[in-house]
Amino acid sequence: MALLRITSPHTQRAGRRTSWVMQMVIYATLPGIIVQTWLFGWGTVINLAIAGVAALLSEAAILAMRRRPIRFFLQDYSALLTAVLLGIALPPTVPWWVTVTAVSFAIVFAKQIYGGLGNNPFNPAMVGYAIVLVSFPVPMSQWLGVSSVVASGEMLSFSQSLQAIFHQLPVIDSYTMATPLDGFKHKELLDSQSAFETLPALQAASIDSWLWVNLAYLMGGLALLWLRIITWHTPAALLGALLVMSGLFYVFDTSNAASPFFHLTTGAAMFGAFFIATDPVSSCTSNRGKLIYGAGIGILIYIIRTWGGYPDGVAFGVLLMNFAAPLIDYYTQPRTYGHKKAKTGLKIGGDH
Amino acid sequence: MQTAQVFSFHGGIHPEENKTQSLQLPLGKPSLPKELILPLSQHIGQASVPLVAIGDQVLKGAPIAANNGLLSSHLHAPTSGTITAIESRPIAHPSGLSDLCIVLQPDGKETWTELKPLPNWQQLDATEVISHLADMGIVGMGGAGFPTQVKLQGAHKKPLSHFIINAAECEPYITSDDTLIREKTRELVLGIELFQHLVQAEQVTIGIEDNKPTAIAALNKTLTECNSKIQLVVVPTKYPSGGERQLIQLLTGQEVPSGQYPADIGILCQNVGTCVAGYEAVYLGKPLISRITTLTGKALNAPQNVDVLLGTPVAHLLAYADLQEKQLNRLIIGGPMMGYTLDSAAVPIVKTTNCILAANKKELPAPAPEQACIRCGMCEQACPASLLPQQLLWFSKSQELEKAEHYNLFDCIECGACSYVCPSSIPLVQYYRHTKSSIRDAREAAVKSDLAKQRFEARKARQDAEAAEKEAKRLARQQASASKAVQTKKTAPATKTTEKSALNASNSEAAPQINDTTKKLKVDVAIGKSKLKKLQKQLVEAQEDERLEDISALQLHVSEQEKALVELETELAKAVKANPTKKPSDTPDNSVEKAKAPANDALKKAKIDAAIAKAAVKKVEKALKKAEELQAPEVDAIRQQLADAKKRADELEKVLDNPSPSTPPTEQKPAVSAAQLDLASQVKKEKIAVALAKAKINKLNKRLASSPEDAETVSKDIEAAQQQLVQAESLLATLIESQHNSQETS
Repeated sequence: MALLRITSPHTQRAGRRTSWVMQMVIYATLPGIIVQTWLFGWGTVINLAIAGVAALLSEAAILAMRRRPIRFFLQDYSALLTAVLLGIALPPTVPWWVTVTAVSFAIVFAKQIYGGLGNNPFNPAMVGYAIVLVSFPVPMSQWLGVSSVVASGEMLSFSQSLQAIFHQLPVIDSYTMATPLDGFKHKELLDSQSAFETLPALQAASIDSWLWVNLAYLMGGLALLWLRIITWHTPAALLGALLVMSGLFYVFDTSNAASPFFHLTTGAAMFGAFFIATDPVSSCTSNRGKLIYGAGIGILIYIIRTWGGYPDGVAFGVLLMNFAAPLIDYYTQPRTYGHKKAKTGLKIGGDH
Repeated sequence: MQTAQVFSFHGGIHPEENKTQSLQLPLGKPSLPKELILPLSQHIGQASVPLVAIGDQVLKGAPIAANNGLLSSHLHAPTSGTITAIESRPIAHPSGLSDLCIVLQPDGKETWTELKPLPNWQQLDATEVISHLADMGIVGMGGAGFPTQVKLQGAHKKPLSHFIINAAECEPYITSDDTLIREKTRELVLGIELFQHLVQAEQVTIGIEDNKPTAIAALNKTLTECNSKIQLVVVPTKYPSGGERQLIQLLTGQEVPSGQYPADIGILCQNVGTCVAGYEAVYLGKPLISRITTLTGKALNAPQNVDVLLGTPVAHLLAYADLQEKQLNRLIIGGPMMGYTLDSAAVPIVKTTNCILAANKKELPAPAPEQACIRCGMCEQACPASLLPQQLLWFSKSQELEKAEHYNLFDCIECGACSYVCPSSIPLVQYYRHTKSSIRDAREAAVKSDLAKQRFEARKARQDAEAAEKEAKRLARQQASASKAVQTKKTAPATKTTEKSALNASNSEAAPQINDTTKKLKVDVAIGKSKLKKLQKQLVEAQEDERLEDISALQLHVSEQEKALVELETELAKAVKANPTKKPSDTPDNSVEKAKAPANDALKKAKIDAAIAKAAVKKVEKALKKAEELQAPEVDAIRQQLADAKKRADELEKVLDNPSPSTPPTEQKPAVSAAQLDLASQVKKEKIAVALAKAKINKLNKRLASSPEDAETVSKDIEAAQQQLVQAESLLATLIESQHNSQETS
């Protein structure tokens, strides 16, 4: 009899493969995608389709160049996940070439150049996002508003969305408006209270729309936690740090700062906390490391939102903390069984 | 009873238990196989030594192999029969190796040898009972096969706070301990109490997973019946709670320090099987010749537990459990988490075989292709040792051995929890095993190269010292021969006159006897000298290797030898003095002696002594020069010696200048020659010390140059070395002084 010779363990947790992990993360974004589509029209879905195709094509092209099995790697769904995250993050009516640039840059330069899945030091989706954000600031700052507050008073239809993405939509301006974060950023000399009273982007309908979006992503994130695909450390630390920072400044400077609730429920707070910062490849790996890493992103988000050049700071916050992740990892090793103290630092040796 | 606090350990997994299959049938008793194959290594440590020869008839329970060294075990015949071979056979080994086995052909009679129980064990000394357990071949039956007597003795190094009986059996599929507890509850309790009597722990606890309700109930019943103080603690089912370190944490909340053993924190762990085997050995006198093993897996139609004789081939048991050959895809010894696959079913059951898992393809499918690690951290959440498996994989793949070690790779217990949860199907444990062996290889190589370096340096220092000594000797010889040449010229006429005189018969008659004793003394002196030299060499080596105990012991030997040598020398000198005519009678040319001869001879001797003294002066001068070159501290002592030596040389010269054949020169002679020899040996020692110091200081200077950041510690070391030297010098100086004194008094 030809017996299988193999080392232990001989059994594996059934079904939970890397492709399953990636698929679950994609499914967990669905509530957010649905809410975004509900509020801002079909643009997000079209973006997702474009991003998906671009991601798979660029991944396949590079794999072919690297002489790797294309089918095997495409089936891990990691490229598709990057595409989904980018499709969600980009404004719904952003021209198709912006999406393609972002996605292909993310796949080719942020992921495959470093050796493909598992080897990228930076979050590919956020690299792609940052590249198009600094390269094409105008289309990147055009967010749609909810129908009740925009000038046209209605939502973009599917064909209008297609037109806006692939050609040009002259009437687009009557559908777009500043996001609450954008509006608050550019309140100029107004104090907080009057800004919330006068600026259209800071009216209840606009703020509520973003609250719904954030709640949807929180739901998806909780599902990931429940599935044990992510741990609570990164999102909790990120949101906690954002809460503490905004709370602190809100207490000291109520007239100029926004409330912690505003910070936690607008922009990409929840999406970033549960879907972007938790990318395992580019983040810290130990539980303590994840706490520091998440807190760092939370602090950076507040700093960029308040004093930086961009209304939201998730992408840059994540990328900056990606830089720090390996170092944090060195100093946050868990205490191993039987050791009095955890080992820290880069210095080899120094036992117990 | 179940009020005890249960702690928890990090991580762990919940694989499918698959334990019910093998518990459907009662405990089976397979028939005798055609032959029993008994490997000589069924335990950790040295293989046993066969006590039987091919063709021997053995009785059931008779010893057939004896333990070989401290960490080894005895082996007994599982049944009566004939030894048909002692040869290499395939054994149950992770790498599929073969090993030396005793092959026993059963005669089917099952005739027991005389059993020797220890009914009065409670009155006996613990060591006697422990040695009885050793004689009965008891080893740890949980998996490692650690000889029980060694473990019990090791438990005495610290007062035991806990004696833990491992009944967790956390591996999926395996139910042998469960069955054992159900079948032999009373025996188990008595066995535990026996061990407790031997180790006297403060608390005795049985740790059992909550997935064995029948066994727990049976234990509870028996414990109440016996009114036992043993505590039964039910722990939640979680793999690997049966790992020794994990169970200790579960039951005591303590962690066994990394690199240490449970005994180091006053804890002893024993498997339930071992306790029952201990009971049978002491109460019934039965050696360890059988065990309960689980036969399970979907390739078997009748999975069950069997009470099986050691040495039974696996194939025999598979047939007993109705194997479907076509279904069998993977044959595993042990459980699915930590077991290893077998090539063939010809291998025998040994003392540690707790399970045979005959799995089909569907049950344990081939692993999925390995994907990239995405650092998802699931392994980290599952690791019971709180390691970072994902980082360890990274370092293992890139062969960064130091970093892997820094990340505590050696605290990995290879439980396989990380591999089990890995979504990328990475065989993590396999990577770790490979890296561990690479690190061990590297360590061995490093130790070897260090040793080689030390040897080389020690040899160099020795060679330097020897060269210096030779050079000094050469100079001394040169000096001596030069003065001899002068001396022979001077004494030539004298000897001519003596030749003319007649032969003294009485003198020649007495001569041989004295001659013999002096010869003997001379040989003794030579032997003593060579011994001293050898010891000094060893001392130098010991100093090189910094073996402190050896150094002091050798130092003692050296000084003793020196003393003995001095005594011999003085005796020899006395012998010479007692028979001044001996020397002339030694040489046939000088067989005839006149009355003047003794004086003449004395003069000659005095001259030689003077020459030797001069050489000694030169030697000391040279040593002084060297000492001055190297370092200050010992210079003074050498100067003192030089002054002494010069003084002595001058005295001798003076004696020579007064050619009167008076007694002083002859009287002074033995003392002086002894002193000279002593001085020479001291100088030799001095030189070795100087060479040593040179080597040491060179080494330190080199280190100082190569790592300036350590300058402070190194310069401190240098200072310390110098201080040591000074101390050694002062010791030597006092030695010299005392020897001088003894010479003066003699």
